[in-house]
Amino acid sequence: MTTNTKPDRGSVEMNSEECKGCGLCVEACPPKVLRLADRLNRYGYHPAVYAGHGCTGCGICFFVCPEPGGIKVLRRAMEPAAELAAACA
Amino acid sequence: MQAQLTKGNEAIVKAAVLAGCRAFYGYPITPASEITEAAALYLPQVGGVFLQAESETASINMLYGGAAAGIRCMTASSGPGISLMQEGLSYIAGAELPCVVADIMRGGPGLGNIAPEQSDYNQIVKGGGHGCYRTLVVAPGSVQEMADLTTWAFDLADEYRNPVVVLADGYTGQMMEPVRFADPIAVPPAPEWAVRGTALTRRNLVTSIFLEPDLLERHIRKLEAKYHEAERQVARAECWRTDDAEIVLVGYGIMGRVLKAVVEQARAQGIKVGLMRPITLYPFPVATLRELSRNARAFLVAELSTGQLVDDVRLALDGRRPVEFFSRVGGNVPSAEEVMAFLVHTFGASIENQEVLVHG
Amino acid sequence: MGSLTVTHERADSFFDTFERKAELQHQTHYCPGCGHGIVHKLLAQAIDELGIQDRTILISPVGCSVFAYYYFDVGNVQSAHGRAPAVATAVKRSRPESIVVSYQGDGDLAAIGTAEIVHAANRGEPITVIFVNNGIYGMTGGQMAPTTPLGRKSTTSPFGRNQWTEGFPVHVCELLNSLEAPVFIERVGLGNNKQIMNAAKVIKRAMENQVKGLGFSFVEVLSPCPTIWKFNPVEAQRFVREEMAKVFAIGNLRDRTKEAVQRPAATPPPAVEDIPRILGLVNGEAEAPPTGRPDRALNLHIKVAGFGGQGVLLLGEVLAEAGLESGYEVSWLPSYGPEMRSGTSNCHVRLSSDPIDSPLVSRPNVLLALNEPSLRKFLPALEPGGIVLYNGEAFPEDCARRDVRAMALPFSHLADEMGESKAGNIIMLGALLEATGLLEEEQVIGALRRLVKSQRWFELDLKALECGREEVRKQPFPLAEDYLWGV
Repeated sequence: MTTNTKPDRGSVEMNSEECKGCGLCVEACPPKVLRLADRLNRYGYHPAVYAGHGCTGCGICFFVCPEPGGIKVLRRAMEPAAELAAACA
Repeated sequence: MQAQLTKGNEAIVKAAVLAGCRAFYGYPITPASEITEAAALYLPQVGGVFLQAESETASINMLYGGAAAGIRCMTASSGPGISLMQEGLSYIAGAELPCVVADIMRGGPGLGNIAPEQSDYNQIVKGGGHGCYRTLVVAPGSVQEMADLTTWAFDLADEYRNPVVVLADGYTGQMMEPVRFADPIAVPPAPEWAVRGTALTRRNLVTSIFLEPDLLERHIRKLEAKYHEAERQVARAECWRTDDAEIVLVGYGIMGRVLKAVVEQARAQGIKVGLMRPITLYPFPVATLRELSRNARAFLVAELSTGQLVDDVRLALDGRRPVEFFSRVGGNVPSAEEVMAFLVHTFGASIENQEVLVHG
Repeated sequence: MGSLTVTHERADSFFDTFERKAELQHQTHYCPGCGHGIVHKLLAQAIDELGIQDRTILISPVGCSVFAYYYFDVGNVQSAHGRAPAVATAVKRSRPESIVVSYQGDGDLAAIGTAEIVHAANRGEPITVIFVNNGIYGMTGGQMAPTTPLGRKSTTSPFGRNQWTEGFPVHVCELLNSLEAPVFIERVGLGNNKQIMNAAKVIKRAMENQVKGLGFSFVEVLSPCPTIWKFNPVEAQRFVREEMAKVFAIGNLRDRTKEAVQRPAATPPPAVEDIPRILGLVNGEAEAPPTGRPDRALNLHIKVAGFGGQGVLLLGEVLAEAGLESGYEVSWLPSYGPEMRSGTSNCHVRLSSDPIDSPLVSRPNVLLALNEPSLRKFLPALEPGGIVLYNGEAFPEDCARRDVRAMALPFSHLADEMGESKAGNIIMLGALLEATGLLEEEQVIGALRRLVKSQRWFELDLKALECGREEVRKQPFPLAEDYLWGV
C-alpha cells in the first residue's frame, strides 16, 4: 500500500442526483479520475463519480457537463511560500 | 386643439404619438403606407423608434418585442400584410401584450387590388390566427374617429393586455377631414410585468407557452373571462335617427357614412329609416342591436364584403327581426342612390303596406 | 498547503431551482450529452463574469431551447419560431441599456427565420446571437435541418440528404459575413475540451461586444445531439469534431470590434407640450375661430377629375382647406393608388353647412373636368342645375347638357402662356371662384399658403388664380346670384 503525502491540487463534487450519466466529464477529464458508477441514481442513470483523489482542479469537467449544477470544482489555494516559488520560477 | 384637415392614415399616427406611442414597426403596403411614412417622419422626432421591417411577419414580432419591453407601440398594414401578421397576433394575444394594429382594408383575396373593401372583417374580428383569442376591434367612420379611436385603442390595449385593431377601409384611410386632436400625454410608465433589463424586472417572463394542459386551460379561461368582461364594458355603436326607425341600416366605416346619406334620402321620401353603426366590431354591440329590434321591423346590413358583418348582426338579433343584406366588393363602394334603390326594391311593398316581409 | 476553495460552480445567472419547470426541477429538460446544456453554461458564465445578470434579456426560440427561460435567471421573452431576431431588435431598441441575447437553433434561425436573422444582422442591431447548430431537428423528432450534412439521413431525408432535392447545408456565418454591418462573426464547436474552452471565450467576447455597444455579434456553435443522431454522447462529440466541423469550418470569420464605432446616442425626447408642434398641429383655437356657420348655406358635392399630373388632387384639397377655413364642414376623398401615377385621377370634395354624411360624391353639383375622358365619364351624373368647368376650347358636340351651367376654357393653354403648364388647375380654381364667389379670396390664398410648400409655386399659383378670374371677367359665366347650391 502506497501513501501519497502530497495532497491533490483540486477536487470535484459531483451532483449525482442531477447527473444524467452522459459521460462527457469522464471522457474530458485529463487525469482520468472520473467514472460512471455501477449504481443507478433515482432517475435511473449511472451517475458520474469522482475516484476520490488525483483531481487537478482544472475545471474542464465543469464546462463539458451540460447540467448547470452538475459539477462543482474546487482548487487548493497555494501557500505563500509556494506562491513565491511559483512567481520566481 | 384647432381642427385641421388631416388624412385618415396620418390622423392615426398623430393620435398615436399624442397618446404616448413611442415605437412603430411596419412594412409599407397600399393603402396603408401613409401610416408608415408618417411614423417614419414623426417618431424619431419625439424620441421614439421607427423601423421599416423586412416583412409584416417581422413587424408584428417586433411589436411583440416592443410591447414585451413595456413600450406603447403599433404597426399598420392592409389585407395581405395582415394575413402575414396573424401568427404574431396570436402570440401577442397569448402572451397578453398590449399593442395597436391599424388595418386599412383593400380588395382581396390574394393580391386583389388596392381599392377599399371590408373583407378583413372575419380575419380580424373572428381571430385569424390560431388558438382561442380575440383582438379588440374599433372601426372608425371618419377621420376624427381615426384619431379618437386610435387614442382609445392604446388605453384599451393596456387595460385588457391585448392587441387592439383599428379596422378601417382604404377610403377612410385616404380621405381628409378636419380633426381636433387630443392633447398630448406623457409616455405612461412601463407596466410592472414588462421585461426591461433591470434588477426589478429580472424575474419577468413574457411567453405564450403553457406546456401542461391544465395550465394552458387555466390561461385560456383567463383570456376568455377577459373577453367576456370586454363584451360587458367596451361595446360601442352610433345610432343615427333610430328613435322612430322602422328599418335600421347597419354598416361600419365608409359604409356607415354612405348609409347616413341613405337615411336622409329615405326620410326625404317619407320612409322611416335609421342607422346603427358599430364603432366596436369586437366586442360587437349586441345589446344595442337587440334594443333597436324592439321598434324596428327589419334590418338592412350593407358592407364591402360578401357577408361577414351580416353574420354578427344575425347572431345578435337571433331571429328577432328579418335581416336583409347588400354588398359591393372588388373595390367598389356603392353610392347612396344605389343602396337606396336596393332598399326601396327590398322593402317596397312593405313600406307601402307598412308591413315588413319576413324572409327565410 | 492551503485549503480547497470553489473555482467552478453553478452560475448565479441560473436559477437554483427550476421552478418554471413542472417537474424534475433540479435538472434541465435536455437529453444526456446535449450541447444546449453546455452552451447554456458558457452563456451563464459569461453573464456572471461580465456582471450583467440584471441587464440581460434572453430571447428564447422555438426548438429544444424553447424553455431556456426555465434556467436563466434573467429577463426572459419567449418568441415565435424563427422570429427571435425581430423580437430582440425591438427589445434592444426599446431598452438600449439592456443586454439582449437571441438564442436560436438551426431550424429556427437558418430555415424559418432566415429573413429575420439576415435583416437584424444587416441593420447591425447591437445584440448577441447564439446559433446552436446540431444539424438536425431535435424537438420535433429528427427531421432534416437546413444544416444537415449531405448524405445524412433524417426522418424527412430518409435516403440521405441529396443536393439535387434538398440542397446544400446552409452556411450561416459565411452568409452573414457578406453583409456590411456585423462586427463579430465566429463559428465554434463543442467537439472536444479545446473547442469547448474556446467556445467559452468566444461567447464571452460576443457578450462583451454588446456591453461595449459595438454592434451585431454572432456565434455559431456546432453542437452535439446524441439522441437524434443515435450516438452516445462521446460519439456525438466526435461527430461534431469530425463531420460537422468539416462541413462548417470552425474559426473567426470577422472581428471588426477594434474599428467598430459606437452607435450615436438617441436624441433626448422633447417636452410633451412640444409634441403638437412637431406633429404640425396648432395648439389652441384658430385666431379667428369660425363662430357658427358662415352666412351662406352650402351643400357642395364637387368632383374634380383629370389625368395624373394635372393637379387634380391638389385642386380638391385647396377647395376643402379653404372651405374649412371659411367655417364649412368639409371632406376630401381621392381616387388613390396607381391612378396617382398614370391614367385618370379624381377626387370627391364636400363642402357643407351641415355635418357631412357621405364623403363620396356620386351626384356632383360641381364638376371640374380637366380632360375630355373625365368630362365624358362624370358629366352624365351632374345634378341638373349644376356647374361644369371644362379644360378645353369648347365642349365636344356630343357631350353637352342644356340643364347645367357650363363653361369651357383652355386652362392648360392659359397655363402654358403663363410659362407653367402645370398651373392649369389653379387657373380653373380662379375661374370657378370668379364665376361663383363661393369662397372668399382670403381663405383660398390661406389654403394655398398651407398646401403649397414652395414659395415659387405659391407665387405662381397666385398669378394663376388671378389669370382664371381675369378670363371669366372677359367672358362672364351665366350664373345667377340665387344659384341654388343644393340648398
